[in-house]
Parts: sequence; C-alpha cells; structure tokens
Amino acid sequence: MHMADALLSPAVGGTMWAAAAAATVYCSAKVRQSLDDRKVPLMGVLAAFVFAAQMINFTIPGTGSSGHLGGGLMLAILLGPPAAFLAIASVLTVQALFFADGGLLALGCNIINLGIFPCFIAYPLIYKRIVGSHPTRARLLTGSLIAAIVGLQMGAFAVVTETTLSGVSSLPFSSFVVLMQPIHLAIGIVEGLVTAGVISFIWQARPEILEKAATDQPIGILPIGKILVIMAALTVLIGGLLSWYASEHPDGLEWSMFKVSGQEELETREGLHKDLAGVQEQTALMPDYGFKKSAAGDSGRLGTSVAGLVGGLLVLLLGVVIGLVLKKRGAGGHDHSHPHDHDHSHPNHHH
Amino acid sequence: MSTKIDRAFYDIGHLDILAEADTPLHRLDPRAKLLTTAVFVVCVVSFGKYEIAGLLPFFLYPAVVIGLAELPLSFLLRKLLLVSPFVIFIGIFNPWLDREVMVQLGPVGISGGWVSFASLLLRFSLTVGAALLLIATTGFGTICMALEQLGAPRVFTVQLLLLYRYLFVLIAESIRMMRAQSLRSFNAKGRISYRVFLQMLGNLLLRTIDRAQRIHMAMLSRAFTGEIRIVRQFSFGYKEACFLAGFGGLFLCLRLTDLTALLGSLVLGITG
Amino acid sequence: MSHHIVEVKDLKFHYPDQTPALRGVSFQIRHGESVAIVGANGAGKSTLLLHLNGYLTPTDGQVRIGDYQLTPETVREVRRTVGMVFQDPDDQLFMSTVFDDVAFGPLNLGFTPEDVTARVEKALATVGVSHLKNRPPHRLSTGQKRRVAIASVLSMSPDILVMDEPSAGLDPRARTQLIELLKSFEHTKIIATHDLDMVVDLCERTIVMHDGLVSADGPTMEIFSDDKLLAASCLEKPLRMQGCPICRCKG
Repeated sequence: MHMADALLSPAVGGTMWAAAAAATVYCSAKVRQSLDDRKVPLMGVLAAFVFAAQMINFTIPGTGSSGHLGGGLMLAILLGPPAAFLAIASVLTVQALFFADGGLLALGCNIINLGIFPCFIAYPLIYKRIVGSHPTRARLLTGSLIAAIVGLQMGAFAVVTETTLSGVSSLPFSSFVVLMQPIHLAIGIVEGLVTAGVISFIWQARPEILEKAATDQPIGILPIGKILVIMAALTVLIGGLLSWYASEHPDGLEWSMFKVSGQEELETREGLHKDLAGVQEQTALMPDYGFKKSAAGDSGRLGTSVAGLVGGLLVLLLGVVIGLVLKKRGAGGHDHSHPHDHDHSHPNHHH
Repeated sequence: MSTKIDRAFYDIGHLDILAEADTPLHRLDPRAKLLTTAVFVVCVVSFGKYEIAGLLPFFLYPAVVIGLAELPLSFLLRKLLLVSPFVIFIGIFNPWLDREVMVQLGPVGISGGWVSFASLLLRFSLTVGAALLLIATTGFGTICMALEQLGAPRVFTVQLLLLYRYLFVLIAESIRMMRAQSLRSFNAKGRISYRVFLQMLGNLLLRTIDRAQRIHMAMLSRAFTGEIRIVRQFSFGYKEACFLAGFGGLFLCLRLTDLTALLGSLVLGITG
Repeated sequence: MSHHIVEVKDLKFHYPDQTPALRGVSFQIRHGESVAIVGANGAGKSTLLLHLNGYLTPTDGQVRIGDYQLTPETVREVRRTVGMVFQDPDDQLFMSTVFDDVAFGPLNLGFTPEDVTARVEKALATVGVSHLKNRPPHRLSTGQKRRVAIASVLSMSPDILVMDEPSAGLDPRARTQLIELLKSFEHTKIIATHDLDMVVDLCERTIVMHDGLVSADGPTMEIFSDDKLLAASCLEKPLRMQGCPICRCKG
C-alpha cells in the first residue's frame, strides 16, 4: 500500500526522502559502473512492463476478489538489486505524478518501503539463497513466496512506523500493525505466487534470460552494508537537523519530533503490545498534545480558532474568485491556443 | 472489464495534453514549479494534527494555478477522488478513537477525531492536488529534465523517460492482449483465471524483453556508447525567481504567522 | 578504395543454437544505387541487415562498408556511415520527444549543441515534420513516426540508408507519400521489404534471398518477370504487373 503525504510529518517525510535520494544516487552509480549498456533500455522497458502488468487482474478463486503483480521482487530477479531499485523508484515516481498515488513528499517513503526491502533484503538474502543457481519448480515457488511475503511484511511495517511517527493518524501503533500485517500477508502470498509463476514461465520458454540475470550482478556483503551505513548516517543527520529546527519552531513539527525522539522509549519498553490506553497515556505526557484538552475549555483559544476559521475561509473565497477570473480571462484569450487537443486526445486507442 | 485500464490510459494521455498547452505558467522554467510545489507540500504537511483554519488559505495556490493554466477542474477533482480511499481508510479511525469534544458549536460537540480527520482530508487534497497541477502544467519529460538539473543522477532520469515512453506502448499491448482474451473466453464475465493470467503476463514479459533488445539495437546503430545525452536549455530568469519567491514566501508566511486569524478577528471585530 | 560502397563476401551466420541464418551471401553495391532485398519470411533478410551495421558479427565471411572492413574497431565509423531504420518505429523512437530522438545520434557523435540543433531542424524539415518537434512519440500517427524514424538517422548524415519494411503498417496515402520522400533522397539505399510494388517504384535493382542464400540479383523488372524464380522464392508478382482483374488482359 502506498504511503500518502497527508499522513506524513515533514520530519519523517524529509528523512525518508533523503534516504531514498541517497539510495538512488548509490544505485545509479552502481548501474553506471556495471558498464552493461543493454541494461539501459531493459530497465526502462521492464519498469513500463510492471506498470502495464499491474493493470491485468486475475480472479482469486473462491474469494471473488482480484490479484495482480506488484513487481518489486520480479524486477530484482530479472535486473539485479541496484537496477531493479531504480526501476521500482521510477515506477513509483510516475505513479506519484500521474495517478496521484501518495504524493510527492511520500514518494521517499514509498521508494524505501517498496524498493529497498524487495531489492536489498528479500531478493539477495532470501530468494537467491533458496533458489540458487539451479532452480527447480519447488525452489522457485518457495523462494518467491517467502521472499515476497517477507518483503511486503517489512514494507507494511515501515508504513505503520512512518505513519505512527508522523502522528497525523490517531490509530495506535499496535492496532495499526494488527490491521496492516495480515492484509499484507495476503498480498504477499499473491505476489509470491504470481512472481513464481511468471519466472517459471520465463525459465521454461527462455532460460538464458534468467541465467544472464543471475550471473550478472554479484552482490556481495559490502554493498548492502555500505548502503545501510549511508542511510543510517543520513537518517541521524537529517533527523537531528529537523529536531533542532523543530525545537526552534514549536507546534506541528515539534509534535512529530517528540514522536521521533520517543521512538527509543517505545522500543525499550517492549512497547509493541501497548494497547490504546497505553498510547494515549504516553501521548498525553507531551505538552503540545494537550492542545485538544485546553482548546475546548479555553475560550481565548477557541476565539482565536474561530477567527482563524473565518479568516481562512475568506482567503479561500478570495482564491476561488481569483482563479475564476484568471480562468475566464484565459479562456477568452487563448481559445485557439491548442487546436490539436481534441483530435489527438488518445491516438493510441485502437478502437 | 478493460474499462479500468482504458481509463488509466486515457487519464495519462489527458494530463499529457494539458501539459502541452501554452500559457504563461506552462512556459515557466520547470525548476521553479518543482521547487514551489516542494515548499507548498512541506508547509502543508507541517501543520499540527488539528489544524483546519491555517490550511484553507493554501487553496489559493491551486486556484491561481488552475486559473492561470486553464486546467479543467472537474477532471482534477475526479482524479483526486479516485485515489482517496487509502487516506480515508486510515483517517476514518481518528473520529472513532479520538472522541473527546474539542470544539463546541452550540449544542453540537465536535470531537478531536473529526477535526483531525477533516484536517487530514484537507492535507490530502492539497498535496495530491499540487502533484497533479505540477504534472499538468509541466509535463513529465520536462519534470525529469528539471530533476536532473537539480542533481538527480542521469541514469535515473533516463529510466524515468524510458519508462514513460514505453508505458504507452506496453499498455496498448496489454489492452490488445486482454481484448483477445476476453473475446475468446465464454465462461465468465471477463474473469481471468490464475493460469491464463500467468500465460498472459509471461508472454507480455517475453515480448517486452525482446523489445528491450530491439531498442538497444536501435540505440547502438545511432552511436550509443552507454550514456544517453540530451540537450535542453532552460532559463531560470526573473519571472521564475518571482514565481518561486512570491509563492514560496506566501506559503512560509501563511505557515509561520497566524495571518488568517488576524484577518478573521478583524472581520469579526468589524461586524460584531 | 573501390567504387563499391557495400561489399559482402561469402557471409555466413549461425545463431547461438546453431540454426544457420545466412549460408554464404555475396553481393556488391555501388554509390547511389537503390537496392531491394526481397524474400519470404525467414529467408534471412533481417539477419543480413543486422550485419550491415555491425550489430551481428559474421560467423564467417566479410562485410566492407566504404573504406572500412567491418571489425570491432571500425564498428563506430561503420554505424555512422550506415543509417539504419528499423521496422517498428516504436523501437526506434525511444526518447520522450521528437527533438530528443532526432538529436540522439548527433549528440553521441560529439557535435556541439548548436550543431545538433541545426542538424535536427534540417532532418525534420527534410522529412516534413518540423511542426512535430516537441511532441512525444506516443502521440504521433504511424506515418509520422516513420518519418521521424527516418529523420533520426538523417541527422547523422549517413551515406547509406538501410531500411527494414519502411512501408509496413502505413495507410495507402502515407505509403505513397513515403515512397515520394524516399525517391527524393540521393543516398545509397538498401530496402528489405515484402512490398514489391514499392520496389518497382524505388529500386532499380533487386536481390532475392531464399533460405539464407542469394537466389537472384539483377534489374528489378527482369526479376519480377521471372515467374519461375518468384514461385521458387515464395514471392508473387507486384500487383501492377499482374493482369487487370476485370478485363483479364495482361498489364
């Protein structure tokens, strides 16, 4: 599932963006180094394939619902980790821009959640170990299933963590986990089955494609280690900068940073099993969170917020008027400016 | 059955066409629009959980952009609606979990949960809307160029361009495939079984890999040496600086000062 | 230097699975000649074309383009001399705008941005699609795509144009216009095609391939008049050389 801007705080979103950017730069350098120029078109076209393939659905027997390919693990198998990571990142970028899946700030989270786990953990540490260089049908199936499930569980867990750290949703961490992980277990099983099916199809039809891919990218322990170190360093750096910024500028930012710094506490307290009450108790300790309690009682604050609402609405109204005026004027002046729009609205439709 | 895929296809094409228009906003250097959008998104999401009033003025930006760039509002709203389920799914728990009354409007008490849910929906519309506006006024290829000039690695931006280019080709191919499948499947209403699905996907994948090879051939025959080069001159001039500074400044101002409350109390003061 | 611009000598090629695709092909082409390569599916036409720009390396035999013997060292020069237009323009046009695509070759050859722009504009004007400069390729008609594909090699100013099925998938009007366009070029042309009527219009000479070998090589009209040869190579006479279907008289 895609992370969304609306659920994110700038601190979490910014940190994940920085991590995603670092991983992208690293993988780009790796791909450039590999000097295999066949990969240039292959990556782009396979990314487009994942997109097209996601639009074909099959019916899951007995449930009436439908499944489709996610594609992360499959790209890793066909391209090797760094190239696959870039392909996934490009798919997510297009989704963010054209299908408004998530949004621009959440793109960083999505690239990490859906790119790093399948490419740098599920594929090299699980799939490759199980399938090896002489795949059999059973190994392919087991490897794909476990790798896909693990990859998606980690991704889902990351979504939960990012959302909780951002603090926009009131959903407590534990309930959120209970909600997300089983859904993603189902998605992971479907993903694993589809990946295994497609890869075995390719294996039977054109084994040389997979042989090439398998021998192509020797990924040692060093690169993964390096990536993790770089990402950890960046996370600390940016987290630190943002929390410094937050302490200078109280309110939304500060609130979310309290959550970030409260993370240690959360973990050391074996806090994964905390229930609703526990989380509320914890959050109530934070000074700014008390806003909602004081707001109702404190007429001064309420007064401000009513005034704020009125002012906000006024500005909004002004904006709509400006927009309408601009649009009217534009429509009158530029009516003939794009004459080809109508006859070429979708030339690729072959009736 | 293939209406969903047809629709998605049409939507991308439509955004593409919108981006080809020639308005002052379209002519602006893409970097200015990209950075302004970034400032906008960060300002919007940095508001507190229960903020509503402060978010409203931010609709100024989409209104101005839609007006300046002559974009169809209904199309953008429909796209927004289409992607809202996940946010609603997560956000709807807020009113349920956070029931403490926060605002008392006469006899009706509004709980903090509903306030934060409303705030969430506003954020969602603003941020996703901003992304859609960016693409509709700039075009994907141009955004990729801008990303590269802002420091994104060439390997990655080339990926984006290739993905975008072949998206259309491959979606058209999969539409043809699904049509052929549905014309010959008489049993169920366009349902695709797992076995058939795998065959279709596998075949599409093989064709795709072959296509990559032919593209590579075409690249080589035009002196490709592993690096894709592009000439593109953008000029970040006075107009761009004004746009970025103007809107960026406005967003920061709206974020950091309580301008709206000031304005509101002024009006309330006059009328009351 | 000989006066032949293309010289293929006893060219043999096996695919990795040992299927022979070319079994000893030889021919020579002079400057400015326009030559058709015809033959049934699987006769080896496309494989032959891929040797002319060095994409495939001969199993045995030689290919010489201009002054260069085709070797891994000269392949770059050869590719500059030979402009290759592939069958599916969607494979050939891989960049996101028409301009970028036509600029791809010249940029790789190391021209300055100004030179590149000039070359692109000239190539687009030559094929009559200057107005499409900023369009993404996916929003072009097949005829327009084909023209842009030709422009994308013209911008490298090749001496030889090699084309695989240039008229495939075009509507009749676009096909006629394309033939007129190709006629106006002074390049040496090598065209592999099933469109024998186009061959009559464009090529004075025809090479017939069958089963990985050249089964005939000569003036186009002579070859197309040889019923026995055409039948043996799984070909049929161009429509305009067949009798009129209504009055049954010989054309």
